[in-house]
Amino acid sequence: MTDPFVHVDDVAKRWKGQLGVEGITLSIPRGSFVALLGPSGCGKSTTLRLLSGLELPDEGRIHIDGRDVTTAAPSERNLSMVFQSYALFPHLSVAENVVFGLKVRRVGAAERREKLRRALEITGLLGYEARKPGELSGGQRQRVALARAIVANQPLCLMDEPLSNLDAKLRASVRKDIKKLQVDLGITVIYVTHDQTEAMSMADMVVLMKDGHIQQTGAPEDLYYRPANTFVAEFVGAPPMALLDGAAVPGFERAAKVGLRAESLRVAEAGQGRLTCRVSECEFLGSETFVGLTHPAANGLTVSMPGLKHIPPGEKLEIDFADEDLHFFDAKGNRVGHPDTATA
Amino acid sequence: MANNVNIEYRRQAIYGWLLLSPAAILLTAFAFYPSIATFWTSLFSRGTRRRPSEFVGGENYSDLFADPTFWKVVTNNLIYAGATIPISIAIALGMALWANSKIPARGFVRTAYFTPTVLPMIAAANLWLFFYTPGLGVLDQIGSLFGLPSVNWLGQPETALWAVIIVTIWKEAGFFMIFYLAALQTIPEDLKEAADIEGASRFTYTRRIVLPLLMPTTLFIMVNALINSVKLIDHLFILTKGGPNDASKLILYYIWEMAFAFFDAPQAAAMTILVLVVLGVVAGIKFTILDKRTHYQ
Repeated sequence: MTDPFVHVDDVAKRWKGQLGVEGITLSIPRGSFVALLGPSGCGKSTTLRLLSGLELPDEGRIHIDGRDVTTAAPSERNLSMVFQSYALFPHLSVAENVVFGLKVRRVGAAERREKLRRALEITGLLGYEARKPGELSGGQRQRVALARAIVANQPLCLMDEPLSNLDAKLRASVRKDIKKLQVDLGITVIYVTHDQTEAMSMADMVVLMKDGHIQQTGAPEDLYYRPANTFVAEFVGAPPMALLDGAAVPGFERAAKVGLRAESLRVAEAGQGRLTCRVSECEFLGSETFVGLTHPAANGLTVSMPGLKHIPPGEKLEIDFADEDLHFFDAKGNRVGHPDTATA
Repeated sequence: MANNVNIEYRRQAIYGWLLLSPAAILLTAFAFYPSIATFWTSLFSRGTRRRPSEFVGGENYSDLFADPTFWKVVTNNLIYAGATIPISIAIALGMALWANSKIPARGFVRTAYFTPTVLPMIAAANLWLFFYTPGLGVLDQIGSLFGLPSVNWLGQPETALWAVIIVTIWKEAGFFMIFYLAALQTIPEDLKEAADIEGASRFTYTRRIVLPLLMPTTLFIMVNALINSVKLIDHLFILTKGGPNDASKLILYYIWEMAFAFFDAPQAAAMTILVLVVLGVVAGIKFTILDKRTHYQ
C-alpha cells in the first residue's frame, strides 16, 4: 500500500490541563472523503483545527502529502477550509471573496479570472459575482464558501460542519453537491459533522470520536454492522442499536451486553416471541412506523413495522430475532465475538 | 364611514406629532433658535451708547475678511485640524490594534491609554504646562541631560501651536481608541483564520479586511475629531491664551475674545455663522461621499 496522503500520529492537544483530544492516529488515503463524527465537545473540530494548523498539537506528528507539517503555518499546508460560519468577508463581493487567496498568492489577473469563472460555474454562482455576502441567502453564502475553498485547487479541503446553518431540505441537496464536487475534483475532504446521516451518506471513511478519543475508524458499513463498542452502537444508525443485558437473553447470559438493530427485530405471535415488552410510543415515518418498546433489561428497543400502526402505549408486544443478528459486548462495552469464546 | 377614516387619520397625525414634539421642542430651543438668532445678530452693527445698533447687512462679514488676525486664526485652525485629526486617528488605530491582540496585561494597557481621556482638559493642560515650562519642565530636564539648550515651547511663535497640537493629540487618541477597540471586537475571529488559511500576512489581513471593516468607525471618529478641532480650546486658556502674537489662537478662542474681551457680539456672531457653515458642508461631504464607499454591517 502507498503512503497515506494525510497521516496523523498519536496527536494530543490540551488546554490548561483540560483535555482537548488525545491519542489521535489517522491514516487518510489520497482522494478519500473522511467524516469526523461525534457529539458536541468530542474533539472533532479540534482535530480539524490541528490539521489546518490553526492550532498546534502538544504531542504527536502530522504529515500531509509526505511532508511533516506538525508546526507549519496554515498557508504552508496546501489546504483549503470551509468554516461553519462560512467566514466570508462581509465588505467584499462574491468574486473578491473567492479570489482573495489567489490575490494573496499573487496569481496573475488573467489566471485569476479564469479560475474564478470555473469555481463559480461549478458552484452555480455565475451572475452573482458583484453581490455582497449580506445580499445572498444562506445556501448561496455556503456555496461562496465552497467556491473559495476549491478555487485554489488545493489537494486537501477541510470542512467544519458546513451544512449546519442550512435548513433540512437544502442540506440534503448540498450534501450531494459536495460529494459530487469531491469526486469530480479528486480532492481529499475531511469533513466534521455531528450528524451521522451526513457522515454515513457522504464518507468513504468515518472517524467516530467521543471525549477527545477516537472510538472507531472505518467505512460506514463497518461502523453500522460491526460497532467497536457500545458507544458506536448507540450513536450510529437511526434508530440506534438497542442494548440488552446479556442475562435477559436466553442462551447468551455470558455476554455483558447484547446489541440488536431495529431491522433485526420481528413482532411475534403471542407466546412465541423471545422477549415480552411493552409499547412506549409509535413514530410514524410514512413507509414504516417505529414502535418504541420498554423492557426492564433493555435500552432503546425499537421495532420497525410496515405502514401506519397505532398501538396504545403500555400494550404487551412479543418480539423475536435471529441469533446471527446479535452483537456482543463485554463488561467494558467493547465488542467481542461470541460471548462463550470471548470470556473463555 | 368616511368620517371614521378621517378621525382615524387625525388620531394618527396627533400621535405622530406627540412623538415628534420632545425632540422638536428641545432642538428648537437649544439649536435652531440660537443659530437663527446668531445669524440675525451678525447682520447688525455693534451698538454703543452713542450709536445704537443698526442693520448693516454683510458688513460684519466683510470686516472679518479684511481682518488679518481672522486669516491668521483660520490658518492656525486649519493646521491644527490638519495635524490633530489624522495623527490622533492613526495613533488611536495603532493602539487599538495592539491593545486588541493577545498581549500580557491587556487590561492595564487599555486603561493606561484611556487615562488622558478621563482627565479634564484643564487638568491635562496644567500637566503639560509643567512638561513645557522652560528650565523646570520635564522636556527641558530631559533635554539638559543631553546638553540641549532650554526651549520655551509655549513662549515662541514657531513652536506654540505645535505644543498645543501635541496636547490635543495626547488627549484625543485614547478616546478614539475606545471606539476602534469596540469595533475590532465585532470582527469575527474566523475571518482572521480564513485569511490565515489563504496565506494572508498580518499586514494584508489588516489592510484588506480590518481597515475596510473599521471604515464606519473611522468616519464617525473623523466627524468627531473635526468637531473637536473647532470646539476643544480649553487648554488654550491655560497654556498660551492664543499667544504669542496670535501664533496659537484658534477660531473658537478668537470668537470668545471677540464676544467677551472686546465685547463685539455681532462680529463674534458672524464668525460663529462661518464656522457653522464650514462644519455643515464638511459633515455633508463626509456622510454623502464617504458613506458610499463604506460597508455597514
